[in-house]
Amino acid sequence: MKPVYLRPKSLTGTVTHYCPGCTHGIAHRLVAEIIDELDMQGKTIGVASVGCSVFAYNYFDVDFQQAAHGRAPAVATGIKRVHPDKVVFAYQGDGDLASIGAAEIVHAAARRENITVIFLNNAIYGMTGGQMAPTTLPGQKTTTSPFGRDTAGQGYPLRMSELLSTVEGAYYIARCSLHNAANIARAKRAIRQAFSNQIQGKGFSMVELLSTCPTNWRMTPGKALEWVEKEMIPVYPLGEFKIGEGE
Amino acid sequence: MNHRIIMAGFGGQGVMLIGTLLTYSGMREGKKVSWLPSYGPEMRGGTANCAVCVSDRPIASPVVTEPSAVIAMNLPSFDKFSKILVTGGSLIINSNLVNVENIREDIKPYRIPANDEAVNLGSERVANMICLGGLLGVEGIVSIDTVIEALPEVIQERYHHLLDLNEEALRCGYEMVQEMK
Amino acid sequence: MSEPILMKGNEAIAEAAVRAGCKFFFGYPITPQNEIPEYMSRRLQEVGGVFVQAESEVSSINMVYGASGAGGRVMTSSSSPGISLMLEGISYIAGAELPCVIVNISRGGPGLGGIQPSQADYFQATKGGGHGDYKLIVYGPSSVQEACDLMVKAFDVADKYRNPVMILGDGMIGQMMEPVVFPGVTSESPALEKPWATCGNEGREPNLITSIHLDPEVLDAHNWKLYEKYKAMERDEVMYESYYEDDSEWFLVAYGTVARICISVMEKMRKEGTKVGLIRPITLWPFPKAAFDEVVDSAKGFLCVEMSTGQMIEDVKLAVEGKTPVYFYGRTGGAVPIPRNIEERVLDMISGKVPVVTDYFDNIHGGGGA
Repeated sequence: MKPVYLRPKSLTGTVTHYCPGCTHGIAHRLVAEIIDELDMQGKTIGVASVGCSVFAYNYFDVDFQQAAHGRAPAVATGIKRVHPDKVVFAYQGDGDLASIGAAEIVHAAARRENITVIFLNNAIYGMTGGQMAPTTLPGQKTTTSPFGRDTAGQGYPLRMSELLSTVEGAYYIARCSLHNAANIARAKRAIRQAFSNQIQGKGFSMVELLSTCPTNWRMTPGKALEWVEKEMIPVYPLGEFKIGEGE
Repeated sequence: MNHRIIMAGFGGQGVMLIGTLLTYSGMREGKKVSWLPSYGPEMRGGTANCAVCVSDRPIASPVVTEPSAVIAMNLPSFDKFSKILVTGGSLIINSNLVNVENIREDIKPYRIPANDEAVNLGSERVANMICLGGLLGVEGIVSIDTVIEALPEVIQERYHHLLDLNEEALRCGYEMVQEMK
Repeated sequence: MSEPILMKGNEAIAEAAVRAGCKFFFGYPITPQNEIPEYMSRRLQEVGGVFVQAESEVSSINMVYGASGAGGRVMTSSSSPGISLMLEGISYIAGAELPCVIVNISRGGPGLGGIQPSQADYFQATKGGGHGDYKLIVYGPSSVQEACDLMVKAFDVADKYRNPVMILGDGMIGQMMEPVVFPGVTSESPALEKPWATCGNEGREPNLITSIHLDPEVLDAHNWKLYEKYKAMERDEVMYESYYEDDSEWFLVAYGTVARICISVMEKMRKEGTKVGLIRPITLWPFPKAAFDEVVDSAKGFLCVEMSTGQMIEDVKLAVEGKTPVYFYGRTGGAVPIPRNIEERVLDMISGKVPVVTDYFDNIHGGGGA
C-alpha cells in the first residue's frame, strides 16, 4: 500500500493548541513540507513570535528560539549571522509583525537579511482574546473596537506586503491566502520560493498568509473562510509584490 | 610631580592632538597619565578641550576642575578656564586670538602670538605645537625630546611630511617662553 | 608583558572583547560609547566576525539574544537611555539562560539627562531593571586597564553561568585615554561546547531557546533554578578591594572612577595622620558584603561616595546591618566629586557631624542640606 498523505518529518506529532478552523495548522504544515522537500530539516532554525504561534516550536521538529513580541526578525538576524549556512525562518502574526515589531521587519528587509518570514495575517489579536490589530478591517468589530474599527480615531489597515515591497532591500514579497485548496497550493509555491531564495543567498523573503480566526471573529470555520475571501482579499489583494532581480 | 592641565581652543585648532601627544610622552617617560576629552554637543562649534594629567602617583580623577596649567588658544577658552586655574598656575595664551589686558594677578600668563609664529614657520596649523612647546618650556612635565620622538607615533601617517614642521613649532614655543620666565 | 598602549577606554574595551574571542556585535549609536561600535565595525571584519548596526537598542539586544542562542560569543554596548530600551531583551536573555556581555558607558539621567559621567544606573544594573526575578553579574571598573581585564573575564563568566554580564562604566571610563596592557589572550574563539545552542538539529533532538513557561510549577522550578545559580555567583564571583582595613575606623566606600578619587583622598588623609580606609566593590552584583563583614565591628562610620543621589548606599546599609552609621556624599549629572569636598565630609563624619550630602546644597542654600 502506498501512503498518499503523511505527516511531514519536520512536524512533531504533538496535537496543536490551535482552535478548530484556524489556519495556523495549514501554515505550519506547508512550511514543514517545504523544509522536508528542500531536505533542510537538520539545518533549519525557527523563530517563534508572541501570539497564537508562540508555541510553534512544539510542532516543528527543528531547533527553535522563542522571541519577544515583535522581535523575531532581530532574533532571526542574530541567528543567521552566526550560522549563515543554515536556514532561518521567523513565523509571526499580524500584531507581532505589523504593530509592535514594525521597525524590526522593515529593517530586516532593508538589510536584505537572508531570512524567510512567514507572516500570518488574520486581522485580529488572537492569543490575547480578539483585540484590534493594525490589520483589522475598517468597520470590523473586535474587543477594543466594539463598534467596529472607526478609521477616524483608530486608523486604517496596514498593508505590510505593499509597504515592504517598497523597501529596496526586500528580495521577495508575496501575499497568499489559505481559504481554499487552490490558494493553499499557491501559498505553498510562494513559501517554497521564499525558502529557496534563502538557500540561494538571495536575501529577505516574506510570505504573507491571509488566515482565519473563527474564535475571535465569532464565526464558524466555514463562515470564516468565506469572510477571508469576501472581506479580506478586497483589502489585501493577493499576488507577488516583489520578485528580486539579480544576485 | 602632579600636573593637571587643560588645553582648549576652537575645534580644528588641534588641542586634542597636543593633549594626546603630551599624554603619550608622559607614558613613554614611565609616568602615570590620563587624557579626557570634552565630548558631545560641546564639540560642535565653540570650544573643544581636553584634560591631561601627568603624575608620579596614580591619577585619582582624570577630570580636571583645578588645573595647574592651561593652554587657551581662543577667547572663549581663556574666559572659561583662566578662572579655575590654581593660584600660581601657568596660563599659555595664544595672543593672536586672545587680546586681553586684565588677567588675574595670582597666575603666570605667557602671551605667545602662536598663529603669527606658525605662519612664519610655514603653516598656521602648527599654532597648537607652538603652544605645547610653550607649556613644556614653562612647566617641564616631560622632556621636549620625548615629545619630538613621540610625534611620528601620535600624528597620523598621512601628515608625516609635516613632522619637521611640527618639531620646529615645538622648539619655537619652547624658546619663546624662556625669555618670559 | 607587552608595552603599554595609550588608548581611549571605549576602544580598549572593544579591543579586549575581540581578544576575548567576541565575534558578534550588535548595537546602536549613543553618546558617550560610540567609539565601541565604531571600533568593532572595523575590527570585527579583520577577525572574520560580524558587526551589525541595528535600527534601535531594542533590536540590538534581540539580535544578541538570537546570536547567543545560536552559540555565538556576542556583545552589545550602549549608554543609559539605550540600556533602558534593552531591558526587555535582557530579561529574556536571563530567562532563557543565554550568555552575553553588555557594556553600559553610563551617563546622567533620568530621561534624556546629560552625556557626562554618572553612576545613576546602579539600581538599573544591579536590581534587575527589567521584569522578573533575574540578576546580572555587574562589574564596575575604575580604570581603562581594569575595564579591559574585566571585559575578558566577563565573556568567560557569562559562558560559565549562561547568564548576561554587564560592564558598568561611566563616561570617564569610556572617553579617557590611559595606558593599557592587553591580557595575553588571542582572538581565537574559545572552544567551549554549547550543546544547547540552536544550530540545526542534525543527528539530535531539537534545541529550544525560550523563556516562556506557562505552567506555574514549571516556572516556579525554573526561577528556583536561576536562584541557585545566582547563589553560586554570590559565593564564587564576588570581587572587591579593601584598603587599610586592619587599622581604619572610618571607611570611604566607592566604585568605578569615583573610587580613584576617594583613594587619593584616603592617601592624603592617612599621610596627615587620619586613619581612613576604603572599600571598593568591583562586582556591584554580587555585592561584596564580605568586605563589610570584615570591618563592621571595628568601624565607626562609612562614607559612601557616588555620582548619584544615593544608590549603592542601600547595599552598603544592608551589608552593615545597622551596626555602624553610613553617610552619603554625591554629585550627579556629570558633576564629579572633588577630593577637597570628599575630605571635608570625612572630617565631618569623624567629628560627629552628619556630612552634607552634596555640594549642590552648599552652593544653593549655603549648606544645611541633608
